[in-house]
Amino acid sequence: MNTFHQIVWLGRRSLLFTLRQPVQIVPSIFFPLMFLVVIAAGGDRASTIPGFPAESYFAFALGGAFVQGTMLSGVNSGSKLAYDIETGFLDRLVLTPVGSGSILIGHMIGSLAVSLIQLFTFLAAGLIGGVHIAAGVPGILVMFALALAVSIAFSALGVIVGVRTGSSEAVQSAFPLFFILLIFSSYMLPRNLMEADWFRWFATANPASYLIEGIRSLVITGWDLGALAAGFGTAAGVAALTLTGAAVSLRRKAVWS
Amino acid sequence: MSIETHGLVRDFKEVRAVDGIDLMVEPGEIYGFLGPNGAGKSTTVLMLTTLLPPTKGEARVGGFDVTIYGARVRKLIGVALQDVALDVNMTGREHMLLQGALHGLSKHDASSRGSELLSRVGLSEAADRRVGGYSGGMKRRLDLALALVHHPSILFLDEPTTGLDVQSRQALWGEVRALARAEGATVFLTTQYLEEADALCDRVGIIHRGKIVAEGTPASLKAEVGRPSVVATPVDDADRPEIERVLKRYGEVYDDEPAIGVRLAPEKELTDVVRALDRKKLKVADLALHQPSLDDVFLAKTGLHLEGAGEEKPEEA
Repeated sequence: MNTFHQIVWLGRRSLLFTLRQPVQIVPSIFFPLMFLVVIAAGGDRASTIPGFPAESYFAFALGGAFVQGTMLSGVNSGSKLAYDIETGFLDRLVLTPVGSGSILIGHMIGSLAVSLIQLFTFLAAGLIGGVHIAAGVPGILVMFALALAVSIAFSALGVIVGVRTGSSEAVQSAFPLFFILLIFSSYMLPRNLMEADWFRWFATANPASYLIEGIRSLVITGWDLGALAAGFGTAAGVAALTLTGAAVSLRRKAVWS
Repeated sequence: MSIETHGLVRDFKEVRAVDGIDLMVEPGEIYGFLGPNGAGKSTTVLMLTTLLPPTKGEARVGGFDVTIYGARVRKLIGVALQDVALDVNMTGREHMLLQGALHGLSKHDASSRGSELLSRVGLSEAADRRVGGYSGGMKRRLDLALALVHHPSILFLDEPTTGLDVQSRQALWGEVRALARAEGATVFLTTQYLEEADALCDRVGIIHRGKIVAEGTPASLKAEVGRPSVVATPVDDADRPEIERVLKRYGEVYDDEPAIGVRLAPEKELTDVVRALDRKKLKVADLALHQPSLDDVFLAKTGLHLEGAGEEKPEEA
């Protein structure tokens, strides 16, 4: 059996796991959506600040919801793998001739499926909320590509936490860390309008800002190649790091000979 | 040799869970690893199945060194670990298909092999139900079926009947026997049940505190311990010293509260004891003849009964 078939079968299992456990999907869609609605309602007047880049705060914040959703998928991904460690299912997989790379990719397919559902939902919410996607239909495709790259990066990060802790509860408790990463980014305000220097410094150093700004640019600006390059570059860099970390962690955990 | 180890050791920080085990298991043999909880049985299985690296020593499975040729070992073996590893969201049939596919079977072959094994372990009717709704016995049987998907030549079963009712336990014994006899598979099973080791295994290794303290066929091990015992329970506790004096004439006496036992000396029989007690008009509430069991072997080798011996040290893995 080749690696492709192994991945297909493991991906099928990952999808079944996700689809048969609505709790894997609903909160990761509902929470970012609710958060988006709340901050959009509370921050709507921010759009009147001189230099604010969007006409509507809802459109401005939409990109943040995309990234927040993919972060939650990452937490779920790690939690799912930790569950496989807790139940011994990972040992079952390891005892077959399947490679650890196939286990990793197959495992992440379920998380990517959740991310896709999230993206369609957030996009639909944006369109219903009157958001006009400045980059048009091609922009939506690019937005999905970037969001899925972000999803891969965070899913792999979740896998690292899952493998290292081996506890689904520990992975869930890592959620506040993801949330902090989001809060100290340009999710709620453009970096150039941040008054406190320390906050602006944090947001500039925070990779989440570039991921959000990349997606946001397609919604509110159109084709901002600089923002897109920074977004894709950051996603690729983070994904390369986290995927390598996840592959190494999984291999060390699962197969030593 | 199907399984061979020399001086196998596994340490967990300060604790030595497996302490220099030497094993030789022949092809087609059912080898039982008998010991209490925490004796090192599961740790040994984890090392032999490539899931845990040994700290020291050598282990070969199917002729391959587990520390070097892990992937080749994994192709040869089927494993059912102590905790059944199933996905509660998948059905029994989906498990079989996944396991078959990951072992390189085509969809058609995985499907037919899956159906055959599900029927063999009595799960045909439940095959399309999610495993979350299975009983403990059904999960165990599915776990065993999954271990057999790829026709392994060596099967590791870690406490396969723990938690099973008598009927399920005997069905599983039958299945294991059939595998070894009809298909020539080597079976290495761990157990803490004396009757399981006695009824099922060609040879038994008794493990205590990480060391093998006795090894042989169940019959030879019991023969080593010696002759049967007679256990007498006095009606009146005041007769106890006198009963003990009488029993001493027939062998080595031991206390077995509320009874008194005597390991019969050569050429002494139960009837001799009965006559002697009768002559002295000593009344007993119960008088029983005990053939040596594997528990007696364990007792003779460790000074402990198998039941309860595991409470001294927790199992590390």
